[in-house]
Amino acid sequence: MRDLEFNIKGMVSAHAIIASSIFIATLMPHFFAEKYSVIGTHLVWLYSVSGSVAVVNITIFWLLGISPPPKKHTLSYKVSKVVRSCLHFIASCLFFHVVLVLYGATLLESALETFSLAVLLSSFTTLRCLCVLGPNVQAWIRVFSREGAMSIWDTSLQITTACTVIGTWVGAFPIPLDWDRPWQVWPISCSLGATFGFLTGLIIAPGWIYWHRKQLTYKCK
Amino acid sequence: MKISSSVFASFCLMIEISGIALFLRGFFPAPIKSSFSSKTKLSDLPAEPLTGNNPNSSTILVPLFHRVVIVLIDALREDFVFGAKGRQYMPYTQHLVEWGSSHSFVAKARAPTVTMPRIKALTTGSIPGFIDVVMNLNSPVLLEDNLLWQAKAIGKRIIFYGDDTWIRLFPKHFMEYDGTTSFFVSDYTEVDNNVTRHLDSTLKRDDWDILILHYLGLDHIGHLSGPHSSLIGPKLLEMDDILRKIHSSLTSQETEGSLPNLLVLCGDHGMSETGSHGGSSDPEINTPLVLISSAFKRKVGMDNPGTVEQVDVLPTLALGLGLPISQNNVGCLISPVFEHTSLRDQLRFMHLNSFQLICLLKDSTPNFQKEEGYEQFHFAEKSHGNWIKLYLEGNTSEVLSNLGRKVLRQYVDALKALSSALSKQLGKYDMYSMIVGMVLVLQVLMALLLAMPEALSRGAEVEIPLTSSLLSLPFYMLWLLCCSIHVLVCTSAGSSCYLCNLSWIPALAAITTFSAMLCVLLSMAGRKLASGAKTGTKNVNGSGFSELDVLLLIGTLGNVISLGSSSFIEEEHQTWYFMINTLCLVIFQDVCCKYFRERRNSSDDDSYLASKQDLPSLLSPISEQGIGSHKWLALSTPLLTLACCRLLRSLNQTGVQWMHLPDLSHWLNRWEHKAELSLLSAASLLLIFFFVQKCCSLVSKIALALGLLGVYSYRAAVGNVLFPWQLGSRDISKGTVEARFVYIFILGILFTGSKDLLRSQVITADSRLKSRGLWEVYSGIVLLCALLFRPHNLPVLACSLLIQTTMAQYIWKELQYDAAQTTIMHYWFGQAFFYFQGNSNNIATVDISAGFVGLESYLAIPAIFLTAFSTYSGPLLWACHLVCYLSSAQDSWNPASVGHGCYCFALLRSIPTVVYIILVTALRYHLFIWSVFSPKLLYEAMHTLVTTVVCIFFTAMDQNHIGQS
Ligand SMILES: [Zn+2]
Ligand SMILES: [Zn+2]
Repeated sequence: MRDLEFNIKGMVSAHAIIASSIFIATLMPHFFAEKYSVIGTHLVWLYSVSGSVAVVNITIFWLLGISPPPKKHTLSYKVSKVVRSCLHFIASCLFFHVVLVLYGATLLESALETFSLAVLLSSFTTLRCLCVLGPNVQAWIRVFSREGAMSIWDTSLQITTACTVIGTWVGAFPIPLDWDRPWQVWPISCSLGATFGFLTGLIIAPGWIYWHRKQLTYKCK
Repeated sequence: MKISSSVFASFCLMIEISGIALFLRGFFPAPIKSSFSSKTKLSDLPAEPLTGNNPNSSTILVPLFHRVVIVLIDALREDFVFGAKGRQYMPYTQHLVEWGSSHSFVAKARAPTVTMPRIKALTTGSIPGFIDVVMNLNSPVLLEDNLLWQAKAIGKRIIFYGDDTWIRLFPKHFMEYDGTTSFFVSDYTEVDNNVTRHLDSTLKRDDWDILILHYLGLDHIGHLSGPHSSLIGPKLLEMDDILRKIHSSLTSQETEGSLPNLLVLCGDHGMSETGSHGGSSDPEINTPLVLISSAFKRKVGMDNPGTVEQVDVLPTLALGLGLPISQNNVGCLISPVFEHTSLRDQLRFMHLNSFQLICLLKDSTPNFQKEEGYEQFHFAEKSHGNWIKLYLEGNTSEVLSNLGRKVLRQYVDALKALSSALSKQLGKYDMYSMIVGMVLVLQVLMALLLAMPEALSRGAEVEIPLTSSLLSLPFYMLWLLCCSIHVLVCTSAGSSCYLCNLSWIPALAAITTFSAMLCVLLSMAGRKLASGAKTGTKNVNGSGFSELDVLLLIGTLGNVISLGSSSFIEEEHQTWYFMINTLCLVIFQDVCCKYFRERRNSSDDDSYLASKQDLPSLLSPISEQGIGSHKWLALSTPLLTLACCRLLRSLNQTGVQWMHLPDLSHWLNRWEHKAELSLLSAASLLLIFFFVQKCCSLVSKIALALGLLGVYSYRAAVGNVLFPWQLGSRDISKGTVEARFVYIFILGILFTGSKDLLRSQVITADSRLKSRGLWEVYSGIVLLCALLFRPHNLPVLACSLLIQTTMAQYIWKELQYDAAQTTIMHYWFGQAFFYFQGNSNNIATVDISAGFVGLESYLAIPAIFLTAFSTYSGPLLWACHLVCYLSSAQDSWNPASVGHGCYCFALLRSIPTVVYIILVTALRYHLFIWSVFSPKLLYEAMHTLVTTVVCIFFTAMDQNHIGQS
């Protein structure tokens, strides 16, 4: 139990760092780019956020050493793992892009915007999976099927991913309203929704785990 | 009394339908009309107001114009005359507008921008109620006081050429007429040639006073290819040429001393960016109004045309022709038109117009004295009298004309105030009927909700405490209370309520039903409370919900909540597309869980071999490979559905905001893509045959194949698609023969189906026969849909069959979704397909052409039935599929599934309807009540009616089952 509480504290700090990196990424471009605003130059904000979240995530999980222990320590194995991770990331971007198109995003007109949103979603969800679970599809399916979590990090992944997806989903609702606000332009409301969802996920994940710590019985590997 | 849930559900829906009907009766009030049944006569006209006594005051009304030609061009948008298009294609008119002796205005039409209400507005000056749209299909004779009646009464001779709506509205008013029908929307030359061919001879003659020309071609072009089509230009040039002809003929006939002639160019409504009309967007309501006469002052260059209401045309024309203004007119005359007359005449016209408005106001408002316009009118009338007195005394100074101008301004203010007060009257509702209807549907919803646990139990039976509550004391108390309330309301509200005008037998029956319902409801609630207290919190378990249940719940409630916002109503299709996408993804996740977890479990086992041996014994007949292919098919079904939905979504753009975006249907309907359209519709018909034939008997299969062939040849005959062996152009006919050929096969298939159903019920209790019969009925309905759908919509039908087949085979049965879940999914898909077809919550998207398939001429009942059928074919097809699916499930594993399905279906329809009715009542003074909320209300009511019919069908199927067991 003490071990769990220690882990939760670690998670809180990790999540706090990731969340603050989002805020910093929102503010930083002010100093470099002129006429920068979250809504006006939305894609700049989007890439800055996804880049910083990616970097911070990789660093944190590498430092904490949560990633699955490598089976071999050869360099070629590590390189192939990195390459496979990249491929997975690209595949997930394409997957999100296809889903967004299925939801009604225009096929050609705003393909760049749609793909940027897919990149953002991938860096909020897939990248964390890659960091925690490695490029191992079997493990992903295990984590995302019911009662498949094996550690608090798995649970945190479940919660943040669900929150991000739900946030994006909810973010799509204002689009049909005829208020003609600048934030109703595709994909602003959705990416904002995703970000807020992700932040919410980061906040509630440790709390939820702490609250349910009695019920959570993780199988040991 | 114990009844099965399906009977209970249909019963509830029937009461709900009557409640909705009552609500609609109160919500769409008859438009304001003066209570005098007679029409205004010239002798009734008031004299000029005068202080003091002077015999010189005039009571007669002299006409200002000799002859009037009204050129009404259907769907003439304001920018077709005043905008860039007008400059390019209507040079003569443009020149007249800018430099000629003319007055030009933008006349605002009111929603609904449909032809018949607009003609009524132009000829009676009243704003027709929304319900007139529904009547647009069969226009009855116009009995109200109107311009044409007045003109005929004083002996003016009227000639009419054009849309035959006029002839139906005014059957005996024309000296000479030739009506063209707006029946074939694809014809845009013949309709106008039919009008123009009379023009030359008529203009030469001098035995007429009023000539009305109504050109339909532009409207037809709009419906075919939109306002930016290349056909618009030549059509406008043609119209311009006609105007030139009429104008030169009118001016050449004017002789010294005779009165000048008047030429009026107007449109009944505009055209939206997609070419349709009916709504209240700016391009739809802004129409040009150009009055041309040598009496007017020559203009010196273009100034922006002023804005008037469309109803203002009536008083202007009436006074110009020396006719009394129609009683129900709410418009005020367009004063620039009378600028050239003497000040005395101008004042006189103003006085007549405002006097008529005052009469109407007195008639329609109990406390008219409080209206602002009333006082203003009396003030203006008094100063008018003073002015006349001065005038008759021979005073001709500057002071007099200044004073006169002041009186004129007072009149204009009074007119504006009166007109707006009268227009506001249109929003007057019959609250008593509305509230009674609302409470009735609320009671139904409550009853449905209270009966939920019982109705969804294994027995699927609901206990209705009808006899016990009818024999109880509270029922009689309630009954008396309701009676007294009724009497109280009716004595205080006067005769404006529909319910109060009923005779006492139906009124008593209504009150009895009302109080009985209330009593039953109360006793059901009481029993529920008692049992709830007994069992305590046994039923509360939150973990019973899967992701799917959560989604279904959120989706249903979310849709209901979204109805409160006008833009969500306009874009409701987005909600449904979004929902079924999410639904498919959740189903996909479920399928993944099912198949991959099984595999994980088996690989988690100690030995993979053991599990491999176990599997065949678990799922007995299916081989290992069979499971594999089955798994992949099941996994690909939701993805296939998603892909289909994405394709269909880009087929028909609908709604308001993104309506103008290009879509596949426009592309397909272009003339040069006829071959692609033919190929697509042929492929869709083949697919339809492939999916439907599998469960039918041989005879029905052959009939179906011939029927689908007939559908194709019908479309080829109408000119929508090509025959492969007949690439050259052929005569376009109505295709009546081909369509009737298909109707015969539809009736045949339906007959075979119902024969099988009856046999399975009466003679043998054969469930196979029954499901075959059901499927045959279903295939008959599919064939009718295929006939009525436009060719570019046939893929919608094919896709819906594809989704139904694959879903039923690999998802609903495999994942063991219960009847309630399956019903909700069917309902959602039905809704989505309603919009895939190109429908929206706007009246303009109803495809009326479906009502004319296979008919020689307009027949009201078949036309309405066919139109309603083709509009609601999406929900209907899915509901019928649900019956087929559930009754096959009933025979195999769940004996109560049809009852459950029927109950859920009724509940799913009742929740949005009831909530929407309450919302509409709360929002009845909303800005968009007429353009957005009312059409949606009509759609909801119609949908509930369709659902009721389906539920009765459900009940019949369920009775079969009960009869068997
Ligand atoms: Zn029209
Ligand atoms: Zn039209």
